[in-house]
This record gives sequence, structure tokens and C-alpha cells, in this order.
Amino acid sequence: MTYHRPSTLPRAALVLFVLAIALASVITSPASPARAQEPTPSDDQVNAVAKQLYCPVCENVPLDVCPTQACAQWRQTIREKLTAGWSEQEIKNFFVEQYGARVLAAPPARGLSLLVYLLPPLAFVVGAYIVYRAVRTWRRAARPVASPPVAEDDYTRRIEEELRRRD
Amino acid sequence: MLANLGFAILVISLLVSIYGIAAALYGARSRREAWVLSARQAMLLIWPLVTLSALCLVTLLVTNHFEVEFVYSVTSRSMPGYLKATALWGGQAGSLLFWSWLMAAFASAAGLRRWDRDREFLPWVIVVVLVTLAFFLSLIILFENPFARLWAAPAGETVKAMFAPRGAVLVTPGDGQGLNPLLRHPGMIIHPPMLYLGFVSFVIPYAFGMAALITRRTDDRWIRVTRRWTLVAWLFLSMGLVLGGRWAYDVLGWGGYWGWDPVEIAAFMPWLTGTAFLHSVMIQEKRGMLKHWNMLLVILTYCLVIFGTFLTRSGVLSSVHAFAQSAIGPAFFGFIGLSFAASLALLLSRWNDLRGENQLTSLLSRESLFLLNNLLFVSILVACFWGVIFPLISELFTGQKVTVGPPFYERTTGPMFAGLLLLMGIAPLSAWGRTAGRLLGRLIAWPLAASLLVPLGLALSGTHNPAALLGFWLAAFVTLVTLYEFWRGALARRRINKEALPVALWNLAGRNRRRYGGYIIHLGVVLMAIGIIGSEFFQQETQGTLAEGQQITLGKYVMTYDSLAEFNAPDDRVVARAVTTVYRDGQKVAELYPRRDFYYITQQPMTIPGVYSSLEGDFYVLLVGWEPIGSSGATFKIYLNPLINFLWGGSLVFVLGTLVAAWPDRERTRAAARVPAGALVPQVK
Repeated sequence: MTYHRPSTLPRAALVLFVLAIALASVITSPASPARAQEPTPSDDQVNAVAKQLYCPVCENVPLDVCPTQACAQWRQTIREKLTAGWSEQEIKNFFVEQYGARVLAAPPARGLSLLVYLLPPLAFVVGAYIVYRAVRTWRRAARPVASPPVAEDDYTRRIEEELRRRD
Repeated sequence: MLANLGFAILVISLLVSIYGIAAALYGARSRREAWVLSARQAMLLIWPLVTLSALCLVTLLVTNHFEVEFVYSVTSRSMPGYLKATALWGGQAGSLLFWSWLMAAFASAAGLRRWDRDREFLPWVIVVVLVTLAFFLSLIILFENPFARLWAAPAGETVKAMFAPRGAVLVTPGDGQGLNPLLRHPGMIIHPPMLYLGFVSFVIPYAFGMAALITRRTDDRWIRVTRRWTLVAWLFLSMGLVLGGRWAYDVLGWGGYWGWDPVEIAAFMPWLTGTAFLHSVMIQEKRGMLKHWNMLLVILTYCLVIFGTFLTRSGVLSSVHAFAQSAIGPAFFGFIGLSFAASLALLLSRWNDLRGENQLTSLLSRESLFLLNNLLFVSILVACFWGVIFPLISELFTGQKVTVGPPFYERTTGPMFAGLLLLMGIAPLSAWGRTAGRLLGRLIAWPLAASLLVPLGLALSGTHNPAALLGFWLAAFVTLVTLYEFWRGALARRRINKEALPVALWNLAGRNRRRYGGYIIHLGVVLMAIGIIGSEFFQQETQGTLAEGQQITLGKYVMTYDSLAEFNAPDDRVVARAVTTVYRDGQKVAELYPRRDFYYITQQPMTIPGVYSSLEGDFYVLLVGWEPIGSSGATFKIYLNPLINFLWGGSLVFVLGTLVAAWPDRERTRAAARVPAGALVPQVK
């Protein structure tokens, strides 16, 4: 059987990734500020932070539910940081420094990424303006020949009339 | 050789479609009816041809012909027969063939319709449908051939090719790799066909729209012809989306059903434009307005359908859905660009023909509310499109990849969805043309007052999330308005026709299916909204490691961990299955078996939740970790998803409403019945 699955790359990347994380945590732990030791954080505390992070390999799977070994390692890192007394924001910043802004669920609102947040409301405003303009033109067109309200069909009109009589 | 036969038939189908395009074009230009008829025969012939080709592939799949690379990559001996057959759409090449097969079926159905009142459309509908089909067939033949086989080249390496490379011999592996475990689920068997059906059936309204533009027949004939096609397309697309959500909930093991994944959004985008289209065509039918806009919407929908297939199939955005990666990206991209540019150019060239009776009598009218509806749908589309492509733009310009995830989509589209709900409450009470403000006010007053009791009651009982309160208020408001509409109509009928109330209600919906079907759809949407609000805002979760016999508490529920077993399953997986007991308020309600399956051939783990469902919500438990045999600890993650079953129940109501709206009218049925059985295919004169 000489045929192999074409892509061994993702697994290699995964191994590298785990090594990188392990290395990163080794390098950074002594540098982390010394703070009062607290009791081991609970899984829920770890997940509360992990929920907001995405690892670069398992795209679109939040870290708190990702079943891969690499992500378990990340959660371990979060646990260690929490134990060391880091705040949620500090931990997030740490991962951003290490792996870039893509670990965040949504990009920070600065630089080019500001556009992410600006464009949709802008599109809505422009769209609303277009609708407004169109409505104005159409209303002007309608003014000379003010047409009576058009009922959808005879049947509905009868219902409407009946209702009016009842009122 | 079945593979050769299947491939040959595909090539013939492509040739037949090219012939059909040429014959239709020639027939239309030279006004020779015989050529158009011949093109129609060609279009009708393609479905049986592609059916044969697909049957060849299915036969190869179920009979373990592992020398065919596609069969090797998606099936294995241990898979049950039905999974082998449905593995047809379990991989890139096969799913493209499946797509073409469905497209060909719709082409045939369109070809068989009665063409007597719109014969001038026929050649152009054929051209548009067959160009789309020919594109997909050539993709299959040139890039993603499901019939390609494995060969051992003289140098020793294995190559994939349709025909034997020089000096190579056929390789027949003893077993295949098996289907991606994520796809071995009933939801995944029906979800892709539904989605694809939705995709391909939207091609028909687009084809009619283009035909109307080309022939300059720009009245609303094309819209009336395609109304039911559009509804059916929309129904399939909606069901595809819901089933996809259900599959994610049951199989992906993260406690949710919708993750704003790019590929989910890819299927959602044509749904958005399609929904806008379904509403705005009514304005054209009733008031002769918005002709340009409707064309633009149908063009957008078509392009988004192809774009959706492209995103799912090309792997351009790697995500949980983009299982398949291949070289067909550029071809797809070119096709989308070309069809978009060509359609727009055509629309611009016919701009003046489409001038409608664009008049708006009043701002307070159903048509202006529908305009707002369209504005919101398109704005949601822009946000979705932007969120999907922004990571690519960012990578292109700054070299930095970013994640645009749920927080972005929830924040940008949330208010717009709320706006849509509000419109859903007001628009049904408004009239076409002009609504007297006072009348509207009087109609709205009671439902409005009554609906306010809901958030008030919720706030008093301890719910303080303002967004959730707003959402529940909107849900109550729309429900009351919609029910009031039924009530108002039924009462009027009772007075006029002296019918008993239930009979009046039945006749009311029966005589105006489109309107009341639409209202039933609205009720379905409201139920779904309740499910979404409940599970979005009030989801609770916890995680803990338990020893056997220990328990964990979440909300009103207590779960004890009883035992865990690891065993081999016959279909190449190791299963770790926990037994847990769930108590609610001290009462035992269920025994759940969350498990982790590990497929060792593909090295993939799968987390299958144990779920206890009730109207109140789901108790959803995942087995996230366990100690090796001998020790007794296991880690569970538990979610409480309140009201989530309203989402699934609401989708059933939604489907029911769409069926009511799309059901053929009685008159039409009678007219069809008059045609003798042998003349079901009326001849085009």
C-alpha cells in the first residue's frame, strides 16, 4: 500500500504548535510578575477566559470546547496564569503577543480592523439614505394623481369594509 | 468498467448541455422554433444522463471499488450500506456530481412546465440553466473527477488519474479510509441535500429574471411564474440551515447550534437576499414598483448561491466545514465574477425598460414598511459578507490574519434582527397604498398593550437583561398581532358568510394561502426567536471532574457520574462512554450517556453529548476527559440551554407555513386536471 493521505502537514503543524506553546510557557513563566498565590482556579474560571480565545490551528472552534491536545495545553497555560494571579485581560494580551490578534474572537478596533466595525453601520446609513431619497422621489411622483388606497384583492377589501362598518 | 462508463456519460452530458446552449441561442436569434425545441429536448435529456452517471458512482461506492480514489477516500468496508451510498456527497468530487444531478433535475422540471403563456422566455431560461450546469459539469470533468483511479507508476509512487499513465498498473487498496466521522450522522445525510436543493432551485428564478431582461418583457410575469419556485427554493434553504444547526448541536459538541462560521454564513447569505426578494416581489406585484431592485436581488441571490458552493467546496476559508481543498477555486471565482458582471451589465442596459409606476402614496403604507424590511435584510447581508471576507482582506494588506467571530456578528446583526421582528408586528396591520395613522394606531393598541405584560412579568420575576426583555416583548407583540390578524379575518368571514368560527378560520387560510401561510411562517420565526433568545442569553455552563458516584450541580439539575466504559466499535473507532444520572429537583429524570468516539484511521475525536430535552430547555452534557482505565475520574462539561426546543419546534411551524404558502391554488389544480394525461408535456408551438 503505497498511497498515503496527501496532507501530513496539519499534524506536523499541530506538533510544532504544542511545542511552541510549551516553550512559550517555560520562557514566560519566570518573567511573570510575582503575586500572591491563590487556590487553583476552577474549570469554570478557566473556561470563562478560554471561551473568548481561538487557537490558530482549530479555526472557528472556541478554546473552551476544542478537544485537541494543543488546546488542552492552552487551557493549562490559562490555568497557570490564573493561579499566578493574572487578570483576564492580561492573559488575553499574553496570547495576542504570542500568536497575534487572530486568537481573539473579534479583532481589536484599531488600524485596518477598525473597518470591520465601521462598514456595517455605514452601509446601513447609506442604505437608509438611498431608501429615503427614493421614497421622496416616489412621493413627489404620486402627488399629482393621488390614487386611492389599493386593497390587495376583493376579498380583503370586503374584510376591511366589514371591519370599518363594525367600528 | 463502471468508472469509465460514468465518466463517459458525464462527458456526454457536458456535450449535450453545450449543444443545448448553442441551439437555444441560435433558435432565439434566428427565430427558429425547431432549434429551441431541440434545445429543450437537450435540457430534458441531461437529468437522465447525470442520473446514470451518479448511479455508476453510487454502485462503485457500495461495492467497495477502492481503486477509484473517491471511493477510497470516503468509504471503508466497515461502513453500513446506506452510509456508503450517501458518501456520494461526503467529499468534494461526489458532492459536485450530486449538485449537478439536483440542478439537472430542476432543469428538467423547468423544461416540463407549461410554456404556452411565456414562450419567449424558453430559450433564455435554457441558456442560463445550461450554462450553470455546464460550468459544474466541466468542473467535475476537468478538476474534480470522482471516477479517477489510483495507479502505481513505474517509479513506485501512486498517482490519481482517470486513464492509465504510461506503464502504470491499477492499484486496488484493500480498504478505504472511510467517511469523515463528523459526517456519519443522520443530520449530515439530509442537511447537504436540503441545502443544495435550496441552492439549485434559486437558479430557476434567476434564469427567468434574466430571460425577462433579455426579451424586454419586463412586466411581472417572470415573478408570477417563479413565485412558487422561489418559495420552494427558500423552503429547502431554510431546512438546510436548520438541519445544519441541529447537526452541529448533536455532533460538534460545543453546546450550540450556530457558531457564525464562514461556511454557515455562506449558506445564510443567499437566504437573506432570498427572503428580501420574497417580500419585495409582492410590492412589484401589487404596486408595480421596485422592478430594478427585484432584478438586483435575484442576481445577488444567484451569485451568493454559487459563492456559497464555492466557499463550501473550495476550502478558501479553512473552517470546520471546509473539509475539502482543491484547485477549483479560481474557476469558481471567475465564474461568479463573470456572471455577476454580465447580469449587472444586462440590467443596466435594460434600465429604462424597467421603469415602473414608482409612486408612493404614503409613508405609512405596507410598501414603505417592506422597503425597511429590505433595507434590514440587505444590511445584515452586508455585515455577514464583510465579516466573512475581512480576514482575507486583512491578510492581504497587513499579512495578519484575524478572526471575525460571534461577538462581531451578534453585535452588528442583533439590533437589525430586532428591527425585523418589530416590522413583522407592524406591517401585517398596515394596508397597501395608504394606512390611516389613526386606524393603524387603533389596530396596534391592544396587541401592543397586551404584549407589554410579557416583559413586565418577566422583569418582576427576576429577568433583568434588557436585550432579552426587548426580544421577548417583540416575540409577544408579533405573536399577538399575527393571531389578531387570523381572528379579525375569521370574524369578518363569520359575519359575511355566516360560517362557524373554525370553518371561517380554515377557509380564510385556504382562500388566501400566501398571506396566511406567510403569517404561519412569522409565527414559526417568533418561536425560533424565543429559542434563540433563551439559549443565547440564559445559557448556563459548568465543568467539573468527578469520581464515580460523585455529583455536580447546575441550576435545578444534579448529575451523578455512575461509570465509564471503553470499548472498540466495529466501525474503526474506540468509544469511551460514561453513564450518568440526571435529577431535577431531586427527581430522577434521565440516564445520559455522553461519549467520546475516537476514529483511529482518520485520527479524529468526536464528542457526542448526552441530552435530556424538555420544553423548559436542554440539559446537555459532554464527556471532555477521563483517566485511563483503573482510575475513576472523568471530566464533564454541562450546559443548560433554556427554551432551545422552541427553535426546533418553531422550524416545523415555519416549514408548515411555507407549505401552506406554496400549495397550488385550487383553480390551478383544476386547470391542470383538465389536461389529458398524455398531454402533460404541452408542445411549444
